[in-house]
This record gives sequence, structure tokens and C-alpha cells, in this order.
Amino acid sequence: MVAAVFLGLLIGYWRLQIGQHRQYEEAAERNRIRNLPVTAPRGRILDREGKVLADNFPAFQVLLVREGLESLTPVRLAGIAKGLGIEAADIQQELDRSARLPRFQPIVLKNSATMGDIAFVEAHRWDYPELDLLQVHQRSYPRRGIAASALGYVGEVSEEALARPGSVHQMGDIIGKSGIERTYDRVLAGRNGMRRVVVNSRGQEMGSMTTIDAVAGNDLRLTLDLDVQMAAEAALGGQTGAIVALDPETGEILAMVSHPSFDPEAFARGVDSETWKKLTTDPGKPLLNKAIQAHLAPGSVFKIVTGAAGLETGTVRPDFTVNCYGSLTVYGRTFRDWTYEKGHGHGTVDIHSAIVHSCDVYFYTIGKMLGIEKLAFFAKNLGLGSRTGIDLPGEDPGLVPSPEWAKRVQKRPWWAGETISVAIGQGAVAVTPLQLAYMIGGVVSGGVLQKPHLAFREQLRVLNVAEDDETPRRFPLHPTTVELLSNGMRGVVNEGGTASVAYEPGLDMGGKTGTAQVVSSKLQESARKSEFRNNAWFVGYSPTDKPEIVVCALVLQGEHSALAVPMVRDVIKTYLAKNAARRPKDNQMQTQIRVMSEVRGNALEADGNGGR
Amino acid sequence: MERTARFRDAGWVLLLLALVIAAIGIAEIYSTTEHSALAGQAHKQIYWVLLGTAVAIIVSRIDYHILLEQSPWIYIGTVAMLTLLLAVGPRIAGTKRWFPIGGLTFQVSEFAKLVIILAVAAYFADRAGKAVGWMDFAKVGAMVGLPAVLVALEPDLGTALTFVPIGAAGIFLAGIRTKQIAVLVLLGAMLLPVGWHFLKPYQRDRLTSFINPSHDTQGSSYQGAQSKIAIGSGGFWGKGFGNGTQSRLGFVPVSHADFVFAAFAEEQGFLGTLVVLLLYLALLLRLLDSAQTAGDRAGRFLCAGIAAVFFFQVVINAGMMIGLFPITGIPLPLMSQGGSTALGTFLALGLAMSVNMRRFVN
Repeated sequence: MVAAVFLGLLIGYWRLQIGQHRQYEEAAERNRIRNLPVTAPRGRILDREGKVLADNFPAFQVLLVREGLESLTPVRLAGIAKGLGIEAADIQQELDRSARLPRFQPIVLKNSATMGDIAFVEAHRWDYPELDLLQVHQRSYPRRGIAASALGYVGEVSEEALARPGSVHQMGDIIGKSGIERTYDRVLAGRNGMRRVVVNSRGQEMGSMTTIDAVAGNDLRLTLDLDVQMAAEAALGGQTGAIVALDPETGEILAMVSHPSFDPEAFARGVDSETWKKLTTDPGKPLLNKAIQAHLAPGSVFKIVTGAAGLETGTVRPDFTVNCYGSLTVYGRTFRDWTYEKGHGHGTVDIHSAIVHSCDVYFYTIGKMLGIEKLAFFAKNLGLGSRTGIDLPGEDPGLVPSPEWAKRVQKRPWWAGETISVAIGQGAVAVTPLQLAYMIGGVVSGGVLQKPHLAFREQLRVLNVAEDDETPRRFPLHPTTVELLSNGMRGVVNEGGTASVAYEPGLDMGGKTGTAQVVSSKLQESARKSEFRNNAWFVGYSPTDKPEIVVCALVLQGEHSALAVPMVRDVIKTYLAKNAARRPKDNQMQTQIRVMSEVRGNALEADGNGGR
Repeated sequence: MERTARFRDAGWVLLLLALVIAAIGIAEIYSTTEHSALAGQAHKQIYWVLLGTAVAIIVSRIDYHILLEQSPWIYIGTVAMLTLLLAVGPRIAGTKRWFPIGGLTFQVSEFAKLVIILAVAAYFADRAGKAVGWMDFAKVGAMVGLPAVLVALEPDLGTALTFVPIGAAGIFLAGIRTKQIAVLVLLGAMLLPVGWHFLKPYQRDRLTSFINPSHDTQGSSYQGAQSKIAIGSGGFWGKGFGNGTQSRLGFVPVSHADFVFAAFAEEQGFLGTLVVLLLYLALLLRLLDSAQTAGDRAGRFLCAGIAAVFFFQVVINAGMMIGLFPITGIPLPLMSQGGSTALGTFLALGLAMSVNMRRFVN
């Protein structure tokens, strides 16, 4: 009998050790081996001189390991939720969402663990062995909100992005969500590695088996100049609006500001629903990069387009004059000059004085003579009505209206009076601040419109990032046209024109003001609330003979363009002061060369890592 | 009556088998603890086994009849000690199982086991030729039941249960009738729900998770599940000495004590399991042989009682490792780490040797 019982025992052991060996062997391996991601640091974002705009700092993520989930009873789940101060339902939702992912991929419960969270996980190793801490590189923006709209922000990859065919991301990956972070995500993002570690029953690491190294992302150097950027940030201050500064000779963006803005680090930590709600309902639209996404009537700045069209087509000659009595009645309607309320007009004006004093009647007259087709043709060729192609996501194309547009979009005929409005930048015509800087830069450069961009192109070539067409838009203007328009714009600042507040002896600056009444569709609602206050524009540039910088300022509900003028002046002065000491162009060249060599070094390093 | 005890007849094979098993146990304890906070347990166990061997040899020299004569007093003393333990004993790990003596702790129930073996043997020794009556059931039941209840209250249900086979073995050996077995089975079935009522919640959990293992992996059946993973992952050849991931990384609970056989099976595989189970079988057969060849009725009952306890513990422990029985705190004799257990086991073997030595008497 004793022998029989022992035989029974042996059969039991046989079944386990021989019969079901494989199954139990796998269970034992699952017990002891845990796959932990090793996050790769994201590349830094630098200004043109190498000053750090975006960096990383070490933080801890709280992970929920999904191997051995059967043991996660509702009671234990609730314990975890309570300890970390999150909702158990949220955890369950995350778990359900990730049900189809491989078991070795943990889910992230908290992106940025507090000291309390870390203590909770460490103290409950025994109770909750499925919790783990992972050191990650959290995005930081050492200059806080500076250039936030241009830089964008990062966040956890969305489900939709994951579902997209060809997605290389895994759940929990941090990717660029907007701005530069998004456009150059491929450059900045590193490749995460993985560590297979041996853990004991309390989830503590006992050793490392294999490691797939994480490959750091590449640094990205921008054309932004932090000093110019800071000046622009300060100039715009608390106003709602945007400032863009670019180099018309290269298309390099020197500064880009959009206020109000946001704290990009809040996104890196993970925004709670309350903050998100605040950001999305704020009438100032902090998440909108107004430098490229505001869709607004350009006002009188558009007169440069009308003037160029008139001169180029020969419709007006340099000695052509118009008598301005404060209004013009055409097509059975009276179009007022902005001086109408003052009870007098501009008197006899030619192209020069019409620009200097921004005479509406003069441009109404030319507009009528040109007709909408020619106006639209010139507007489009001078960069309006389509995207400039800047390396930022979500650029607004603006709008250059035409009879064809009225018929197709508005389902109505073109009204003749509209042409008169468009001639002074009112009506349906809409632009972004970037487009205005682009357009003015193109005009003063004789019709060469360099494509605006934020990342140095050389480094992108070295990094093998496909760069789309870089050739500038060419629309050669007659030298006489350029000279007349430039002289006019110089007069706006220096001859008692509409921007004479910016006049300073020795400051070589030209520009064109604009005060737009029409509000865009996107910002219409917020504008309505403030009783149709005007939007103030000013586009200035310097030096006047060979412009190196064009600055466009937009102040929403700014009442009058006089608000925008000093902003542009301050930015230009900062730029000139900075570049006075060293010869600016040489410096730029040196920066380019330095960027190239450094990037090349990085790229070689990255290749070396990848090959391993 | 002349009694001659011859030293060379003492059943050295029994002791040798026990020492081989103990050595394997020590090796496994070393393998599973030397890297951990429990390092040094293997060394301790060596001392216990050496002490146990010495005690076994000394006991084998003592005529077991002397012990049998004193068994009523020893029995009363033991029951008194168990009562005292419940009344004033220190609470260690939530239970009152141990008496501290010096720096060591002494588990009274391990020795109570031996005392019950003595008492039962003494009782039946005097009843030669008589059929087993219901009065015998009552007396033996009380004899075994009283200390069993006291131990169960500590609480230590596992050890209390090991007392039962002693009484059962005695009654069977004394000659039980089929009708009596039937009545007993019926009675047992009726008492089952009552017994359930007296179980503590964790004990109930163990039972439910035994019947339905997928019920709760982290709680009660977690230990059983991890033990099965350890054994199953060992395969035929085992993972090798010191390579048991389940036991060394703490997935198998108390892998040096109650679960030492799971740790052993993981590292030495089916081959090792086979060898050790055969060693246990050989040892049991030696014990049963000693019972058969015993010089008198008392010796036969003594050896049978020892064999019964030993058999019960080995089967229950090895069986619960693979999920054949619910998890209870029954150590594997000779292999599980623990001073009182080792000493108790060697004492019992010493008694068996004492019987064996005097088999040619009369």
C-alpha cells in the first residue's frame, strides 16, 4: 500500500515535470523576467547660437507591468489608484485599451511621479509587485514660455496616431504634438531601447540580462535668435497678437511670438482636464500660433500689393496723382478714407505720398482701374493666399478673394464694390503675420520670396531628413517699382507718415502700417465680444537699401496701427544693436558652418549606435 | 526475563538512509538561502542533524519499555505543557507554537507527536488478544484528540492533523472490523460541515482555493501555483544546483522549510525527485520491517506509529507541492529546515532503532 501511494506521488511529479514542463517553464520565465523600456533622450532644440531652448531632465514614470495581470483584483487596483491619487476607472480603461498589445509592454500610470508617488511604489513592492518606476527624460523648456508657439510641445502618442498604418510608435511614447517638436519629431526623437531584467517576487531588480541601448535623438538648431526673440516677446508683452521676424535674403525666421501662449512643460508633465479646458476656451486662443494661424484682413499693408500691381501693369505711372477729398463714390457706394472723420482728405497724392500717409482714396482709385483679377494675380504672386511652406504644422493659407472664389465658395457673383475694399486690404482678403512679413520681404528684395524656415537646412540634409522644395518664389519686379514702394515705406517712418512714432535719427527703417476692421472666421467670436475693435498691423524692415530683417507685428483689437509700430521698432533695434559689433552676414556664415560640422558629428554618432 | 540488546543489530541502515536524506535537504537549504537574508540556515541545520543523530543513538540504547512504563506521566506532562503554552506562551508570528529556551525556540507539538506514539503503543500493548471495541475508539480518540485540539488552537492545524494517523494506525493494527470502518466514514462525513465551521478564514481560503485553484492566484493558491511552477519548470534534469529561479527569487514561499521539496524538484528535476522519494520509501519500508520483526506487541505498535506519522507527513507534504492536497503547515521530515522537527524525527528514529535492536529478545 505504501509503495502504491508513492507511485501515485511519482505519477503526479511526472505529469508536472515531464508532461507539463514547457508550460510551467514559461510561467517561471514570465515570473522572473521583466521587459523594461529604456527611454531615449529627445534631442535638444537650440537657437542659432546654440542657446538651449528645449532640453530634458530626469523624471520618473510610474509603470504598471502587464505581465501577470490576473492577480490584479479590483480591490488591489483600487489600492493602487488610491496610493497614486488617480481613478481606478481610469486605470481600468487604460488596461482595456492596451489589452491587445504585447504583454511585455507596461502601461504608464503617471508621467511625472511626485516624491509621494515614488515613496508609495517603493514602500509597496510587496503588495503591488506590478508597479514599477522608470527613469525617463522629461522635456523641459529652460526659457519657459519663450517661443512656445513655435517650439510646440510634446505629449503621449495618441490612439489615432498609433492606429495609423506605418506608425513606428508604441503606446506611451512621447512625441512632438505641435510646432517644431512635431515637424522635426523624426530628428528629435531618439530610439527607445529595452532592458530584460531579472526580478524577484517583490519586483525588485536582481540583475540585467540583455540590453538594447537607447539611441539619443539629434539636437536641432533653429534659425531663431534668442535675443531677437526675447525682444519680440517683451515688445508684444501682454497684448494678444503675434510678431514674426525673418531674414528676407534667406527666409530664416529670427523670431516668432504669439501671445497669449502656454507653458510647454505642463504638456510634458501631462495636462489635466482643467488646464486643458482653460487652454481651449481662452478667448486669446493660447494654443493657436497666431503668427501662422491668424486669418485676418491685412488692412493698409495690402496697399503695397495694390501699388505694385498698379506700377507693374503700367496702370499708374510714377507721376500719376489722385485728389483725395476724404471719400470716393463708385458703383453707387461711398468709400471713406480713414481721414473722413477729420473732415478733410489727403489732397493731391501720388504713389509716394499715398503710401506715406496711407491714402485710401488713392488705392481705391487704382483698385478700380486694375480690377480684381489683376489685384488677385499680384497678391498671389507676392505670396498671399497660399501657405508659405514654413516648417511648422497647421499654417493657415490665408485668402485672396476673386470672382472665381465668390462663385465657388460663396455661391454668389462678385460684387464690384468688393474690389474697392480689397484694394486697401479689407473685405474677404485674409493673411497671416508670417505672410505679410514674407510679402514685404519679397517686395523689398525685388520679387524674390525666400521660403520661411526655422531649421537650418544644412543640418537637415546631413540628417537625411527629406526637405521639400527650397527654391524661392520668384516674381521679378521692375527696379522702379521696388524703388518707388521702398521710398514710400521709408517715408512712412521718416517723413511724418503713419509710423512716424518709430522715427529715430540714425535708425534706418521702413515699413507699412495697417488697421484692419474685418475679423477673421477663426477669431471672429472673440473679436465680436470686444465690440469690433480693430486689429493693428505694422510690417517694418531694415536697413532700407538692403533689408536683413523684416518684422511683422499684429495686435488683435489693437484699435490703431500705432500700437504695433513701436513693437517692430524695438525688435529691429535689438537686431541692429546685436549685429552692429560684428559683421552680421559673416557671423551668420560662421554659425552655419558650425552647425553643419556639429550636426555631422551627431549624425555619425547616431549611425554608430544604430549599427550596433 | 533476560534482555540482550546488540549494538550491531540497531538498524544502522535506517539511520544511514535518514542521514542521506538529511544531507540532501541541507544541500537544498544551502542552495536556496545562501544568497539571501536567511544565509546560515544550512549550517544551523547541520548542527541540528548532528545533534539529532547523537540523540537517536542515545535513545536507541535505552530500552523502550522504560519509556512505555513512564508514558502516562510523560503524556500528562506534555498536555500540561501544551495548555501552558496556550495560556502564557509568547505569540510568535501570530501563533503560540514555540517555547523560548535560551536563544532557541522549542516547538512542543513536535515532541507531543512522539509522546502520543508512546501512549498509543502503551495502550494497545496491554490489550493483546482482545477485539477492538467502541470503548477503545473513545479512549484512543481522547488520547489523540486532546493534544490535537490544543495544538490546533495554537493554531497549527497541520501538526495537529499529523497526530490523527498515529491513532488510526494503532486501531488498524489492533484489528478493526469492516462495520466499524463504515460507521466511522459516515460519522466523518457528518462532522465535515461542523469542522468547516471551526476553521479560521485563512484555513477556509486554503481549502476553497485548493478545490478551485484559479479562484485567486495572489492569495492562498498563489503559494500552491508558484510551487507547481517551480516543480514543473524543473523538467527531467532540473535547473541545477543553485539555479532555481522560482525558489531563489522568492516566488516559492519558505523554500527552505515547508516548501523545500518544491525547491529541490526545481533544481534537481524529476530525476532528483525520483531518487529522494525512493529513499523515503526505503526508509519507510525499513520502519515497517522493524514493526513486523519487533520483539513484542509494544514495539510493533511503536514502530507502526512512527511509520504512520512519517508516511503521512511525507505524502501530504510532497502531495501539496503538486496540488494534490491543500496547503497546510506540514514540514517534510528530514529535509525541511527546523530544529524541533529534525530533533523530533531523529528521536522517533532512535525509538525505532531501540525496538529493532531488541527484536531477538525473549
